[in-house]
Amino acid sequence: MTTTRTSRASWLLLVPALGLLAVVLLTPLIQSFFRSIGTPEFTLEHYASLFTDGVTMTVLGRTALTAVIVTVVAFLLGYPYAYLMTRVGPRLRGVLLVIVLIPFWTSVMARNYAWIVLLQRGGPVQSVFEFFGVTDVSFQGSVVGVTIAMSQVLLPFMVLPLFSSLGAIDRKLLLAARGLGSSPLVAFWKVYWPLSRGGVVSGLILVFTLSLGFYVTPALLGSPQQSLIAQLLAQRTTQLLDFAGAGALGILVLVITLALVAWANRFGGTISALGVASTSQTKDQ
Amino acid sequence: MTATVPAARRPRRRDRGVDPIPWWLVVVGTLVALYFILPTLIVIPLSFSSASAFEFPPKDFSLRWYENFFTDPIWLGSLGNSFLVAILAALIATVVGTAAAVGLNRLTGRFAGFLRTLLMVSMVTPAIVVAVAVYISFLQWHLVGTLQGYVLAHAALGVPFVLVSVTTALGGFDPKLLRASASLGAPPFRSFLRVTMPLISRGVLTGAIFAFVTSFDEVVIALFLRAPTFQTLPVQMYNSVTFELDPTISASSSLVVVVVTVIFLVPLLIGSRKKTR
Repeated sequence: MTTTRTSRASWLLLVPALGLLAVVLLTPLIQSFFRSIGTPEFTLEHYASLFTDGVTMTVLGRTALTAVIVTVVAFLLGYPYAYLMTRVGPRLRGVLLVIVLIPFWTSVMARNYAWIVLLQRGGPVQSVFEFFGVTDVSFQGSVVGVTIAMSQVLLPFMVLPLFSSLGAIDRKLLLAARGLGSSPLVAFWKVYWPLSRGGVVSGLILVFTLSLGFYVTPALLGSPQQSLIAQLLAQRTTQLLDFAGAGALGILVLVITLALVAWANRFGGTISALGVASTSQTKDQ
Repeated sequence: MTATVPAARRPRRRDRGVDPIPWWLVVVGTLVALYFILPTLIVIPLSFSSASAFEFPPKDFSLRWYENFFTDPIWLGSLGNSFLVAILAALIATVVGTAAAVGLNRLTGRFAGFLRTLLMVSMVTPAIVVAVAVYISFLQWHLVGTLQGYVLAHAALGVPFVLVSVTTALGGFDPKLLRASASLGAPPFRSFLRVTMPLISRGVLTGAIFAFVTSFDEVVIALFLRAPTFQTLPVQMYNSVTFELDPTISASSSLVVVVVTVIFLVPLLIGSRKKTR
């Protein structure tokens, strides 16, 4: 008797949250789905045109390519950083963790503004490259600039799952491999790398997925000729007022994203990594 | 304190001898750390520049962008709107999210797990997809450009953060305490206020702070909900780098970075005070 009463009360506690979710997220998404298949009446032409209009697939391809580059950059920088975090003492590890979290709490617009200033023509980053003799590279209005700025903010999503997976590896195994005569590189490749693969996969999927939906950074640092999928979506909605077409494109992006997130979740990446990010103050002090 | 230092050091020194951290790893790590903090580092010196162009490093220093910020009704109005929206959104997200976390904590089974995932899903949904869908629906419901529209949208974004931090806090909560309180005659709601709440208060506070900051800093949905009569600070910052090229954004950026950092330090300070006590 008491258990059914508490369980009914527990279900009731969920009602406000689910109501809010229904108004802000579910109803708009469901409406846009029905609009995309029901304008003017039931049709799949809005989905078909995504594949045939010549623009969407080009932009989607460019977005995927940008996401791949961002993911590779984040991996190349994130793996050594996460490894370093597992090697230093607890106090320095705390400092390194706080540094990882800084992009999270630097305001989105402040961060993008800083990158605009750093990457602009004649700006400090270009000067550094010119100093080393590289003069023909431009950062503002190019994919390179977008990649630099996007990798910076997505790097935590690579480092955090990597850190939790590298931290669980027993370093005695490496010493054992060395003791049996293997070189450091072979010990890494045969012993350490396979054990870290779970974190690697979830980090890769997570960063790739999140970079697909970036809107502000490409809009500010990229160029209209090199627009990414999020800009196309915004343009269809606010400028072309093609709500049905925008709905179809939005649903496509959403389905791709959720499928990839679900895949990453199987490796224990997504939600737990975000959980680490939001509760790290309580966990790692 | 002095007695523990050599004891803590000894194993580390031995560790270093057997398997040292390679020098190139330290170099790479330092460079990556620099990359993490670079934008944050330049924002504050930039705001004291006297030049009207976006230039770094600044040549002369002045307070003119701060003066602009605090005298321009558009900037101040956006700041006020951002605070108003963020406070209301955080309030709603905290109440709603705490209730959901307490409810989910007592429930088991596949359906409860599904609902938890559903409540977390906005964390991984691309903001632009939500923004576009919300914009079109809110147009029909006449919520675009209204305070209610902003508060509803931002409150929904804050719920997952409250859910995560309250759930973590509830993880260390012993349900026997509630039974004890009930056996002493407390009705459930009073037990919640007098027993549960004090024990999970830090989780609730952390969640509320995350919900506040999420709303205060949110720009993608806000760009779609904006109206000439109502816009938030991140939207005004966006305008200032796209159409207006207004360097007042540098003052506003530093203020936001400092305010948010201070807000994030609050639970840390409360936590460390509790620990030393």
